[in-house]
Amino acid sequence: MNFEPVMNPYDLTIAEASHLLKSRRISSVELTRAVLDRVSSVEGKLHAFVTVTENLALSQAEKADSRLSSGDATPLTGIPVIIKDNICTRGILTTCSSQMLRNFVPPYDATVMEKLNSHDIVLVGKGNMDEFAMGSSNEYSTFGPTRNPWDTERVPGGSSGGPAAGVAAGEAVYALGSDTGGSVRQPAGFCSVVGLKPTYGRVSRYGLVAFASSLDQIGPLARDVTDAALVMNAIAGHDPRDATSVPHPTPDYTRSLIPEIKGLRLGIPKEYFVEGMEAGVKQVIQTAISRLEEMGATIEEVSLPSMKYALSAYYIIAPSEASANLARYDGVKYGFSVQDAENMWDALEKTRQYGFGIEVKRRIMLGTHALSSGYYDAYYLKAQKVRTLIRQEFNQAFERFDALITPTSPTVPFKIGEKVEDPLQMYLSDVCTLPINIAGIPGISIPAGFVNGLPVGMQILAKPFAEEMILRIAFAYEQATGWHKQRPPI
Amino acid sequence: MKLGREEIEHIARLARLGLSEAETERFQSQLSDIMENFDILQEVDTTDILPTAHVIEMENVIRDDKVAPSLPQDEILANAPRQEGGYFRVRAVLE
Amino acid sequence: MKYETVIGLEVHAQLLTRSKMFCGCRTDYADSLPNTHVCPVCLGMPGVLPTINGQAVEYTVMTALALDCTIAVCSKFDRKNYPYPDLMKGYQISQYDVPLSHHGWLEIEVNGRKKRIGITRVHLEEDVAKLLNRTDPSGETYSLVDVNRAGVPLMEIVSEPDLSSPDEARLCLMRLHSLLRYLGVSTGNMEEGSFRCDANISLRSGQQSFPKVEVKNMNSFKSVYLALRYEEERQRKVLEEGGSLVQETRGWDDDKEVTVAQRSKEYAHDYRYFPEPDLPPLILGSEWVEGIRAKLPELPVARRDRFMVQYGLSAYDADLLTSARDSADYFESCLKTSQESRVKSLESPSLPHRTLDSRLQTPDSRLRWRAKAVANWMLGEYLRLLNLETSQESRVKSQESRGGGLQTPESRLQTLKITPEHLAGMLDLIEQGILSTTLAKQVFEEMFHSGRQAAQIVAEKGLTLISGTEEIAAIIDQVLRENARAVADFRGGKEQALKFLVGQVMKATEGRVKPDLVSIQLKEKLG
Repeated sequence: MNFEPVMNPYDLTIAEASHLLKSRRISSVELTRAVLDRVSSVEGKLHAFVTVTENLALSQAEKADSRLSSGDATPLTGIPVIIKDNICTRGILTTCSSQMLRNFVPPYDATVMEKLNSHDIVLVGKGNMDEFAMGSSNEYSTFGPTRNPWDTERVPGGSSGGPAAGVAAGEAVYALGSDTGGSVRQPAGFCSVVGLKPTYGRVSRYGLVAFASSLDQIGPLARDVTDAALVMNAIAGHDPRDATSVPHPTPDYTRSLIPEIKGLRLGIPKEYFVEGMEAGVKQVIQTAISRLEEMGATIEEVSLPSMKYALSAYYIIAPSEASANLARYDGVKYGFSVQDAENMWDALEKTRQYGFGIEVKRRIMLGTHALSSGYYDAYYLKAQKVRTLIRQEFNQAFERFDALITPTSPTVPFKIGEKVEDPLQMYLSDVCTLPINIAGIPGISIPAGFVNGLPVGMQILAKPFAEEMILRIAFAYEQATGWHKQRPPI
Repeated sequence: MKLGREEIEHIARLARLGLSEAETERFQSQLSDIMENFDILQEVDTTDILPTAHVIEMENVIRDDKVAPSLPQDEILANAPRQEGGYFRVRAVLE
Repeated sequence: MKYETVIGLEVHAQLLTRSKMFCGCRTDYADSLPNTHVCPVCLGMPGVLPTINGQAVEYTVMTALALDCTIAVCSKFDRKNYPYPDLMKGYQISQYDVPLSHHGWLEIEVNGRKKRIGITRVHLEEDVAKLLNRTDPSGETYSLVDVNRAGVPLMEIVSEPDLSSPDEARLCLMRLHSLLRYLGVSTGNMEEGSFRCDANISLRSGQQSFPKVEVKNMNSFKSVYLALRYEEERQRKVLEEGGSLVQETRGWDDDKEVTVAQRSKEYAHDYRYFPEPDLPPLILGSEWVEGIRAKLPELPVARRDRFMVQYGLSAYDADLLTSARDSADYFESCLKTSQESRVKSLESPSLPHRTLDSRLQTPDSRLRWRAKAVANWMLGEYLRLLNLETSQESRVKSQESRGGGLQTPESRLQTLKITPEHLAGMLDLIEQGILSTTLAKQVFEEMFHSGRQAAQIVAEKGLTLISGTEEIAAIIDQVLRENARAVADFRGGKEQALKFLVGQVMKATEGRVKPDLVSIQLKEKLG
């Protein structure tokens, strides 16, 4: 690698920036200023942030510089990051892009924040998102949508649209997002960055504002696979504060970055090539699959018949859990509160009426209905049984295959406003990403090409806790193709 | 299945969610469409299939009965819309 | 028409853990400022997660085993959804279809006959915040929320509707209460709300069952009894007057002693239970469960029965003594110490034991005599002094009910100056004829206040019995001289007169003689 002259610092990867920082060819303050300048110049067009923490970033950068000079820096020390605004940051607004929490300042850090802070990272700000992570386009943010840096008339995907767009556009080097049904991977695909959803239980959920507790998982958004592995090294691991976090030891994920996939068995689940999939997307993915075959992997089609039920099961399970998770927003302890009301119940209902946006209300309604007396068995319980079938099918597939290859999304980024009034169409943009949340398994989206200048993501799935396998295939493909080096025209 | 207006109102009450007239109408048609799509699940044979509530097979995740510090009162109340004398203040709660 | 009463109880008991059910906040909030035992978890802040307090699970299983419940092999927590300002998350983490335990029973005694009351389930959940109603100067009412109580482990015990009278309900509740205190899993304090009881009551006539009423707001054993009696009567009257009953919730008004229909909830309840996704299931291995069972202490009913057989106590005494583990332990300590000191005193040549009467001849009869004596002292003087002290300290602790026994004041026995050794030592003196029962009262009171040993007090105050027969004879002679009238009465056949004379002798000796001895000598003299 040749860094002379130093390219735009905001375009560096973690690995590149870390190398420069450790060799003192750039300081964290310089890097941070470059990123903040970039924010100033593009944020008006993108709106990737809810909050930019400029002063904090600079003081953290100074602190990082002193750690760097003392020589005990880690790869993340001094590197600017965007944190999705549903991950609690102590003393810093955490809004979930909702009216309900627009003034909420948590008195605690999420576990992932504690972990990142121990590396002396630089927080550039909190990333814009679909309200409470419900959405696939970032249009459901109460603060207005984030735009796609590849085409600002289009959506960046969601719900981690702000973090994905920000990383793609150089407003930070990497980001943390959350993925409940594809909220890391789908925007990663739309913005041509790398997005990893770890195995459920691999990364602590403590401090991640709950949407659907049995599906939520925090994951990295990064410019390349190496960076994703570096971030995983920092955030993965057991947390006694999260009873669903697994006590398994955490590997060094960078050790799985081997550009060699010869002999690996890759399955292509045909159900993922759904009706309504854009021809361009299909073409890109088929080309990518051919490439993997050329690299020595064996490719075979596989059928996962229950996948066609995944969307319905997901849109019952996730809203059901959400309906309970969002019941705490009552205007009493924190958050938005309507005082002008007839009585307590009226105040509560008005607080929730004006505090929540349309998609959140729609999902609360859906989930409340699916759990309610008389419908529980037909909806919630049925969906949880279908969930069992989906898990079983994945398990069976992973007996035959090392990984499965699918498109991340059936479409390229769509136009702002195109689907916002049609919830079912919007839900369909998650159709390729949500099955693995239902099964709890890991998946990554990596850049796989473009259709008319718009990004297409490829998804790689593996069995639980096989993040290393996913990273290995992703790294090999990335090294062989170089799609990740493309930068948006913004 | 089609949801009637009364059902929408009932669901909103359960969820303690105030809805405008426009929202009620919108949800009535949208939720009906969505729920109708979900009916596809009924074609799946789930006889003898146990439901999955947790995807990771773990059990007995318990902690020791150890005391950890609470937060200071002012931090607990810092985000409160209304407070009084160390308490959260709410509209009268009557049965 | 004849109506039978059908009652079932639903009891909530806070568990005596150090930390809350799902977070590390302290549970001892009783004397704390509001909202000082609160963290993001029990406040239900966004993003926080619960973690299960293992001790609470253990306490619940202990209780369930003591109630002969079946322990679920696989249990789980569920979310019970009902938005309310005292519920921080808008749902309560509780247990729905697979509670920790089910199908147990509890035995009560009704008119000397044992009756088994079915226990439907014992499960674990979390307590809610406390709401206080206020009125501001403009007359507007509002509420204040104190979150200290939210998240304290709460055990729910539900009985079958096997109780057929308010009296049975009260008995069952008391049994349950003493059981929890025995196990050391709950303070059982009803006034502070750590032990709460709701009841379902309905009437039945033959095959016909009438709608049941849920009664709430009963804050003592007495109010449970009174509320159910009131409700039983009210329902009977409605039926007899040709009216009809509705299924409803009624609140007990302690001042007016009536139940009042609670304004029907604005919204129908639909709890929408579903498995708590934040908490993996509990799978309790039989080895673990058997380990808990092995650690169970002897339970009140078994202990009471043993007290009756082993010590020959009456059912009444045994009941009172075993109603709290403290007092039963104290009782047995006294006897253990007695036996030890007895062995010592027999070995000691300096102490005469000439006054041992026939009741004390065999080890068994001696034990029974001592047991009865310890019981008498504990249930008599002891309680009197405790209550006196309590009322002097103006601790307003209303006597829970008849049969509350040594349960109130709470756990005082351990902190008192008068230990089992003290009481045993005093009994030794009585047994050895050094101290009379009459004088023992003074000694006892002194021990109670000062914590000094009986022997020391007796020696200092000169409270030993007059042992010389001649000395006693001289006093008797003098009493006979001074009470010629009584002497004449006795000789004339008035047995009563003898009692009077004994009393005079006791008075003259300031109680330093044994009355039965005096009685014998008097009879001899009066021939």
